[in-house]
Amino acid sequence: MKSLIACHECDLLHQSQPLPPGGTARCIRCGAVLYRRKQNSLDRVLALTVAGLILFIVANAFPFLTFRLEAQIQETNLITGVIELYRQGMWIIAGVVLLTTVVLPFLELTGTLFVLVPLKMRWRPWKLALFFRTVRSFRPWGMMEVFMIGILVAAVKLVKMANIIPGIALYAFMILIFILAASAAALDPHIVWQTLDKRS
Amino acid sequence: MKPAPLTAMRASLVSCHSCHLLCKAAPAAQGLSMSCPRCGAQLHSRKPNSIARTWALIIAAFIFYLPANVLPITTVISLGKVQSDTIMSGVIYFVKSGSWPIALVIFVASVFVPLLKLFLLTFLLISVQRKSQWRPKDRTRLYRITEAVGRWSMVDIYVVTILVALVKLGSLATIEAGPGAIFFAGVVIITMFAAMSFDPRLIWDAQEPNDERRKQS
Repeated sequence: MKSLIACHECDLLHQSQPLPPGGTARCIRCGAVLYRRKQNSLDRVLALTVAGLILFIVANAFPFLTFRLEAQIQETNLITGVIELYRQGMWIIAGVVLLTTVVLPFLELTGTLFVLVPLKMRWRPWKLALFFRTVRSFRPWGMMEVFMIGILVAAVKLVKMANIIPGIALYAFMILIFILAASAAALDPHIVWQTLDKRS
Repeated sequence: MKPAPLTAMRASLVSCHSCHLLCKAAPAAQGLSMSCPRCGAQLHSRKPNSIARTWALIIAAFIFYLPANVLPITTVISLGKVQSDTIMSGVIYFVKSGSWPIALVIFVASVFVPLLKLFLLTFLLISVQRKSQWRPKDRTRLYRITEAVGRWSMVDIYVVTILVALVKLGSLATIEAGPGAIFFAGVVIITMFAAMSFDPRLIWDAQEPNDERRKQS
């Protein structure tokens, strides 16, 4: 039974077979991706996550965009919009934006680190599987790349009205999006689950 | 006719939703909940109450869609003038000012994609309930699109967030978020949950030769 895998989209059973490096196994019936072979998955994800965490701190600590209209200067951080929405009584929107662009991406980065470092060191801390499952469930809700498009649209909207000056945090944010995408692509959850498996 | 393909369900196996481990389905344990021995997630052969949950969420999203598009999402207060914008009037503004690509991005992300998702999910649900045999592979593909595309609708909410953060120059110019934004965020989040609660394996269950008999037993 160990070598069997069911397609998560159509439930068809497959024999899992070893893949060549960079290979992808797809369901023969519906075409869903069953698994991929990724080289040095753990090491690559660890490196990218550490880089991502540093960029995340820079993106949140430094000025993001500066808005200049004649003598008035308005400097903002990533979090400024959330605070301003909260002040206007839009706490639901403030909460949604805070969760999807700050809290959940941060938890995903630190959570990945918390799972992968013990795996790398061959520790078996308590409830690590539960922890990894929780971190994985945050994935669809981290929307930093969507936020990036939002910045572009807002910038185009305001560019005729005033000067928009990008800050360090904006550059960090842009790199962070690529790092996060690379990390998601490098992560092989099957390897993590197999290593986490207590029964083996 | 080809022999029926062997699914995990027919082999009395359950694939874990979270870590994809194949487990033996406990025969007499209907009603009892099983959990995955590897990751601890609850095991279900199919997502529980998938059709009813997805319907409920879709209907809620359709209801939210209306105020999301009718109510203003931003209010600009500039030198005593107050101007409210809905999602559509924002798109029209960009078209008029010649920013075609931006107008297209907003229109696709905020108007087209949410509606597309709602209609696709409705279509998938009806087809599953009618046990349709029509192009299961393409319907699975449609489901994949619905799942992948949903998050991008959030763009407008982020645009409002950034506008609100940048433009607060007192009486000179201030932008405030409007009630439409709450409903719009509601539509995006509810449709994401709807896509998650739909189980694409139901599309393929209608292909099973003994579908009716198994349901009854």
